[in-house]
Amino acid sequence: MTQKRVVTATINGEEQALLCQPRQTLLEVLRDVLGMTGTKEGCSNGNCGACTVLLNGRPVDSCLVLAVECDAADIETIEGVADGNHLAPLQEAFLENAALQCGICTPGFIMSAKALLAQKPDPSEEDIRFSLAGNLCRCTGYDKIVRAVQDAAARQRAAAE
Amino acid sequence: MRDFEYEAPDSLERAIAILSEMNGRARPLAGGTDLIDHVRTGRLTPDLIVDIKKIPDLNRLEHTSDGLHLGAAVPCYRIYEDPAIRRDFAALVDACSIIGGIQVQNRASVGGNLCTSGPAADSAPALIALNAICVLTGPDGTREVPVHEFFTGPGQNVLNRGELLVEIRLPAPAPHSGSHYRRFIPRNEMDIAVVGVGAAVTLEEDGQTIRSARIGLGAVAPIPLLAVEASELLAGKPASDATFSEAAQAARKIVTPIDDMRGTVEFRIHVTGVLVERVLRQAVARARGEDAPQH
Repeated sequence: MTQKRVVTATINGEEQALLCQPRQTLLEVLRDVLGMTGTKEGCSNGNCGACTVLLNGRPVDSCLVLAVECDAADIETIEGVADGNHLAPLQEAFLENAALQCGICTPGFIMSAKALLAQKPDPSEEDIRFSLAGNLCRCTGYDKIVRAVQDAAARQRAAAE
Repeated sequence: MRDFEYEAPDSLERAIAILSEMNGRARPLAGGTDLIDHVRTGRLTPDLIVDIKKIPDLNRLEHTSDGLHLGAAVPCYRIYEDPAIRRDFAALVDACSIIGGIQVQNRASVGGNLCTSGPAADSAPALIALNAICVLTGPDGTREVPVHEFFTGPGQNVLNRGELLVEIRLPAPAPHSGSHYRRFIPRNEMDIAVVGVGAAVTLEEDGQTIRSARIGLGAVAPIPLLAVEASELLAGKPASDATFSEAAQAARKIVTPIDDMRGTVEFRIHVTGVLVERVLRQAVARARGEDAPQH
């Protein structure tokens, strides 16, 4: 077995030193080493987006990132979205718009949507659908998810005023 | 996933030395969106993965008087967010905006897309149309290969052992030029091209006559193709639907597609012509300044 390496990364604002093998993906290290199981494993080949995290502010499929690539990186996962016990407006919008059923795809959708809203506070429906094309949902259908993101965008804009 | 070692050299020389020493047992890693999947499924079995993203030459994105120097590891998002690339190399922006979803575009590089050498690689027809050149460096030095001569078969290319695709060079477009890439897929996003067509057009000053054109075709042969006859017959002709239709007919004659779940041979041949016409129309509109990439 190859030697384990130390990777230092900032995860949800906290600097952490991780011990990982080159063969371990960021997804495996988040879930199995750090016990952060909010990030889900879906297809493991970059099609479904269930494992989406933000790497230096940009959504990526964590199943297609090696953990050893993440030295000095800034990583944000679903665990970092809520403020303590208070859900973020985006999470509340998903709940109130019934934008989930089984919930496996939801953390990925929220991370992709978070990155979109950070870049475009007032996205069009087309912007939302285009930005979420890399996230698959097999239960709810996408209309409720799109509405939830539109609702979250409106809440965030209202909060910013 | 199988066990492998990992190195991230910070110089091209070191990367070439490692790849040569490993004699085929090492694979370069840029965005990893193909490589990590291929290692996981056992299609590739490297003992060492060489992360090339820390090498400055491979991260270069520079506009010079002779054109664009695009490092092979530059991810798609840096390409479509670059205003000068959007202006001068729109077909490349079109392609990079539809390779996978946002998550893939944030990691995947055009260099990796070329090196995986899939017949349906979206960047290939666009780069062929834009007359791009691959710069390859290996233990014996550096050589240049036009993109349309880079591929040798499905998943295969001209790279020798220890050789690395360092950058893709795109010549600066002449005035009154425009380009476009478009593919046919049954969905709106996140699919593999059934047919993909790229075209670059330069018009005469009148904005009506075609001075020169290049057409690249994807997913309709074992490798992406430069449609030589279809490209050459356009020179000197009016930029009209009749002319585009003539080019479409010439392009249909050179394709040798396969039958698979995405489309039959007959369908792919038909769609090749349809896309050639549409892509030429759009490239001409861009050459006239009437259109620009959306996303």
